[in-house]
Amino acid sequence: MTDPTEKTSSDPEGSGELFKELTTPSRRNFLRTMGISGMAAATAPVWAQAAQLAPIDDSEKPLAKGEQRITLKVNGQPHTLNVPGNAVLLDVLRDRLQLTGTKKGCDHGQCGACTLHINGQPVNSCLSLAAMHQGDEITTIEGLERNGQLHPIQEAFWAHDAFQCGYCTSGQMMTAAAIIKDPNIGADDASVREAMSGNICRCGAYKNILAAVQDARGKVQGAS
Amino acid sequence: MRALEYTRATSPEQAVATHARNEATAFLAGGTTLLDLVKIDIMQPDRVIDVHALALDQVETLSDGRTRIGAMVTNTGLANHPRIKSDYAVLSQALLSGATTQLRNKATTAGNVMQRVRCNYFRDGVSACNKRTPGSGCAAIGGHNRSVHAVLGTSDQCIATHPSDMCVAMAAIGATVQVQGPNGKREIDFQDFHLLPGATPWKEHALQPDELIKHVTLNAPLAGGKSAYLKLRDRASYQFALASSAVILVMDGQVIREARIALGGVGTKPWRALEAERALRGAAATPENFAKAAAIALQGAKPYAHNAYKIPLGQQAIVRNLTTLGTGAIA
Repeated sequence: MTDPTEKTSSDPEGSGELFKELTTPSRRNFLRTMGISGMAAATAPVWAQAAQLAPIDDSEKPLAKGEQRITLKVNGQPHTLNVPGNAVLLDVLRDRLQLTGTKKGCDHGQCGACTLHINGQPVNSCLSLAAMHQGDEITTIEGLERNGQLHPIQEAFWAHDAFQCGYCTSGQMMTAAAIIKDPNIGADDASVREAMSGNICRCGAYKNILAAVQDARGKVQGAS
Repeated sequence: MRALEYTRATSPEQAVATHARNEATAFLAGGTTLLDLVKIDIMQPDRVIDVHALALDQVETLSDGRTRIGAMVTNTGLANHPRIKSDYAVLSQALLSGATTQLRNKATTAGNVMQRVRCNYFRDGVSACNKRTPGSGCAAIGGHNRSVHAVLGTSDQCIATHPSDMCVAMAAIGATVQVQGPNGKREIDFQDFHLLPGATPWKEHALQPDELIKHVTLNAPLAGGKSAYLKLRDRASYQFALASSAVILVMDGQVIREARIALGGVGTKPWRALEAERALRGAAATPENFAKAAAIALQGAKPYAHNAYKIPLGQQAIVRNLTTLGTGAIA
C-alpha cells in the first residue's frame, strides 16, 4: 500500500491534496472528518455555523398549557424559550437550538455522551431539566473552540485518532477539557481514567483517548 | 417522560409549603436519581419543586467541632472541601469512589441520602417489588441477587442494598439530619434516618412527605483518628459496591483506643457495626483481633442464592481496611 500523501504528483484529480488537507488539524477539517467518520447527520456546515446561530426569542409567542418561559445562555448566547416543565436540557439544546453536537446516548446519566459544561463543570445534560439552568453559563461542544481555533483537546483527539464512530467523542472532549484544568484531579494516567470513567466508548478507543488527553494537557492554559 | 409542573423554590420554608399543597410532588435537587426514575416511570410525580439553587451550599465548622453540610453541597464540592479532606478522609474517599465526575458534579448531599435502590426488579417496572407496588412480593428473593442485594438487614419483603457510599462514611462518622417540615424544624439521628425494609419496604426513610433536608451535620472528628474507605466492586470505577467498609481508628501505640466501622454493599441500609467496634476497643491491632471483629460484624448475615460470597467479602473489606489503618501493612 502506498502512502496516499505521495500520490499528489501523479494524481491529477487532486485526491492527495484532499487527503493532505484532511490530515491537517484545523477546525474546518476536523468538522468535515468527523462527518465522514460516521456523524453524517451533523454535516460540516451546520456544525461550523451552529455556535453562531441567531438567538431564539419566544417572548412574543403565547405560552402553551404547561409551558414556561426560560432564558438559557448557551455558548455565550442568550435564548428565550417557551418550554414544557418536563423539557430536558439535552433535548432543548438539540431540538430547539439545533446544537446537535451534544449526543443522546443512554439518556440516563450512564454513558456520558451528553456531557457539557454548566458554569465550567462537566455534567450529564440528560439528567437536567432545562428550567433548572436559567442564569447558568452553558457550554456545549460547539462552544469549545475559540475564535475559529480548535480547543487543544479537539486538536489532540484529531492527532491521536481518539475515536472511531465518533458518537461519544463530544462528551469525551467536554469531560477531558474540564478535568485537565481541575486542580483536584491528578495528572497521572490512572487519575484521568478514573475521572473519565463516566464517558463510555463503545468502539473502545480508550487508549488513544487517554493519549490525547495527556497530550493536550501541556497546551491548555491552567491545566494541572 | 411524563408531564411535570416545574417550580423553583425561593426558600426551604416556601418549598415545604408548596409541597404540602399536592401529594404527587417531588423535591428536585441534582436530578440524578429523580429524573432517571421519572424517565422510566418508576417515580411518578406530577410536579417538581426545584430546590437545587437554595442557599444550602456551605460546609461550616460549628463551635462544638461538628461540621454542618448544606443539603445542596454537591458530591464533588463536599469530597474536595479542605475540612472534609483533612478531618473526614473516609467521607471524601467514599464520595469520590461513587458514580462519575459528571454525576458527582450534579448530585447533592441530600439527594445522595435520598437515593433509591439499584435493584433491577425495582427498576424494571414489571417484576414483583414491594417497594414499587406494596404487597406485590419480591422478585429478587427467588431471582438474580448477586450484586445489589444484601445479606444484612433483609426481610422476606425486600433484600435490596442501600446503594450510597457517602452514607456509609456518614454512618461511621456519626451524624444528624436537620429537616424542615410544615410545622418547623427537627433533627433525625443518621442511624435512624434510613429504615430497614421489615414488613414495609416502601418506607425507606424517616422523613415525612412534606419534609425537606436542610443540612447533614457530622460529629466532630475523633482526636488523633485516621480513616479510610475501601470499596470492592466488579469494575475498578463507576460501579456500585459489592462490599465496602468505612473505618475510623484511633491508635495508642499498638492498641486500638477507638474504632468506628460501617459497611456498604451488604446491608439494606448504611450498616454501622457497633458490636465489632466494641470488640476492638482496647484490643491490640493484630490480624486475629481484626478477623474477630469482622466476623462479629457479619454475624447474623443471611445469604441468598447468588450473594453468599458477600459474607467473606464484607469481612475482608473490614480486615484489609483495619490492617492498613492500624498497622500500615497491606492485608
